[in-house]
Amino acid sequence: MSRDVGRFRILLAVILPFLSLTGCERGSDEDATTTLRWYVFKEQSGAFEQAAGRCSKASGGRYRLKLEYLPTDADLQRELLVRRLAAGDRDIDLIGMDVIWTAEFAEAGWILPWPDDRANRVRAGCIAGPLASGSYQGRLWAAPFTTNTQLLWYRTDRVSEAPPTWDAMIDAAESIGPGGLIQAQGERYEGLTVFFVSLLVSAGGSVLDESGRRVSLETGPTRRALEVMRRLARSPASDPSLASRREDQCRLAFESGDSAFMFNYTYVWPSARANAPEVAEHMGWARWPAVDPSRASRVSVGGINLGVGAHGRHPDLAFEAAECLASEQNQRLAARLGGLPPTLSKLYDDPEVRDVFPFAEVLRATLADAVQRPRTPLYSDISIAISRTLHPLSEIDPERDVERLRQAVRRALNSEGLL
Amino acid sequence: MSRFGLDERRLGWLLCAPAVLAMLLVTAYPIGYAVWLSLHRYDLRFPDRQSFVGLANYASVLTSEVWWRSVFNTLLVTAGSVAVELLLGFALALVMHRALVGRIAVRTASLVPYAIITVVAALGWRFAFDPTTGFVNALLGIDQAWLSERWSAFFVIIATEIWKTTPFVALLLLAGLTLVPPDLIRAARVDGATAWQRLRYITLPLMKPAILVALLFRTLDAFRIFDTIYVQTRGAQDTESVSILAYQALIARLNLGLGSAVSVLIFIGTLLIALFYVRLFGSDVLGRAGERR
Repeated sequence: MSRDVGRFRILLAVILPFLSLTGCERGSDEDATTTLRWYVFKEQSGAFEQAAGRCSKASGGRYRLKLEYLPTDADLQRELLVRRLAAGDRDIDLIGMDVIWTAEFAEAGWILPWPDDRANRVRAGCIAGPLASGSYQGRLWAAPFTTNTQLLWYRTDRVSEAPPTWDAMIDAAESIGPGGLIQAQGERYEGLTVFFVSLLVSAGGSVLDESGRRVSLETGPTRRALEVMRRLARSPASDPSLASRREDQCRLAFESGDSAFMFNYTYVWPSARANAPEVAEHMGWARWPAVDPSRASRVSVGGINLGVGAHGRHPDLAFEAAECLASEQNQRLAARLGGLPPTLSKLYDDPEVRDVFPFAEVLRATLADAVQRPRTPLYSDISIAISRTLHPLSEIDPERDVERLRQAVRRALNSEGLL
Repeated sequence: MSRFGLDERRLGWLLCAPAVLAMLLVTAYPIGYAVWLSLHRYDLRFPDRQSFVGLANYASVLTSEVWWRSVFNTLLVTAGSVAVELLLGFALALVMHRALVGRIAVRTASLVPYAIITVVAALGWRFAFDPTTGFVNALLGIDQAWLSERWSAFFVIIATEIWKTTPFVALLLLAGLTLVPPDLIRAARVDGATAWQRLRYITLPLMKPAILVALLFRTLDAFRIFDTIYVQTRGAQDTESVSILAYQALIARLNLGLGSAVSVLIFIGTLLIALFYVRLFGSDVLGRAGERR
């Protein structure tokens, strides 16, 4: 008998905490503060939490932002969101959207277009490249929040100045010999598509035509971009593991000291200063070299924009919160704490921001005429088609592959076939 | 007597009916829906652009080199893992059958891998072969990025499958071994049959049904391999199986039409495998009936 009582007590001890937990949940739903769920990648410095806290406080108790973290892997982030959005999940209020999702989410009706008055406020003072990344067919679908693009990083102790063109850079690297490796992204993934698109547009071409519904890939520029990739991959100055290099492996390789050039995002700067001070000391930066000496290079833009979920229960509050998150002071916070480049032009003159980005001027200039990756709802398919066709870079045959590439992109545009 | 038999039969059907109904509801309906979807252009990203396209999705899958490469990959993993599992499983079954001491301990221990969730097992093997966290490279004294090259990645995937499901095969074969009457073996020994002859002419023929069941189950299972590959390479390095392909079309691209066509083709594939083995079964059963007559 007493044993039974003991068991009952243990049972209660196990069950009670759960009961009280659910009780708490119900309690918070009943008070007047609306909880807005913000789906965004896990930013390590805590800048996003702080910004969310500030905005929640500033709303005077009308809303409270709750962060829901997306997986670290970019493909899995999209997979999670897309699955929930396609099923009409009403819990998604705000989305920290990768720039390449804009067209897909907008066309599918998963996010709401920004109302005109708010859109105009968000557009004011925003750099052109990042602004275009949140726009689709003349409307603003996601407010630019943080942005990013690649620069050319080089060793000032091995080359006197940044080479003006790709050919000049490869020549320079080859003449250095050991310690002259070039780090670029050659693995079969999104980074390879970014690399190709930047080269293609720098050569004067484009993947799709203006309408975004037909393949462009003009023969001249496409062949030129492929020639550059092939030359890089076959050069003795190319890293032997080019075919399996992503951004982070490039960073690690550069920090180890045997490379003279690297194409990478701005996060490599604080990382080198912390992990390889002797490399950081000789680290120079410049805009990407040109493909065609008569045209400035143009580089793909990345970053996070803020979209409002179409199935959410409180779209007005969500827009308000998004506008607050994208405001000047929160962008400054994200730059200072997290090293995320802002989208507002004037912040690049801010001494605090310049402290984080000594290369602010080059960064702003590159962002101003940055390239958009193909703006189509089928972008993810097209990206896979491009990276599959061009991998590995050393096997590229510029004559043959222009047509192969066109066919692969055309199939992807028609939703044909497997990828 | 015959009337009684008829009633028996009707009662049998009646008793089966709830199970049959439930099966229809949970399997026939989804399969039918998948077939219906596979005949349409239906992409969740373009909900408005839905249309009937006949067999176009199938044509597009069957003419794509990606599909045939993944079929090849799947068959490679299936053949590689099932063949080794059968051999190892048989050896393990013999050990379990003969074990005189600690019979229960031996049987339990050998079942542990099978009890581990596939995702966990796949992760474990991935970490073991990882150049930075794993012990395999250190053990062999080499520096190999196992999962970033095609053939070594296949090796790890197949090894994981073998480690994981050999106990299952062993268990089925053990059941077969216990069916062999000890008297028969003893009689053969008296007649001067060697160990190999006893195995070849007595044990194996009597175990044939058990072997076929083990083969059928494992082949069907291996053909649908998903979790191990998803965890270890996510299809990179050209290690995509047909199920990974279906997942990508359905979940990543939300292309329900195309993805359903892939799923239906996988279904047809498993059906063909099942038919192939049932044929083997069938001849076995018929052969014995003939002998008896």
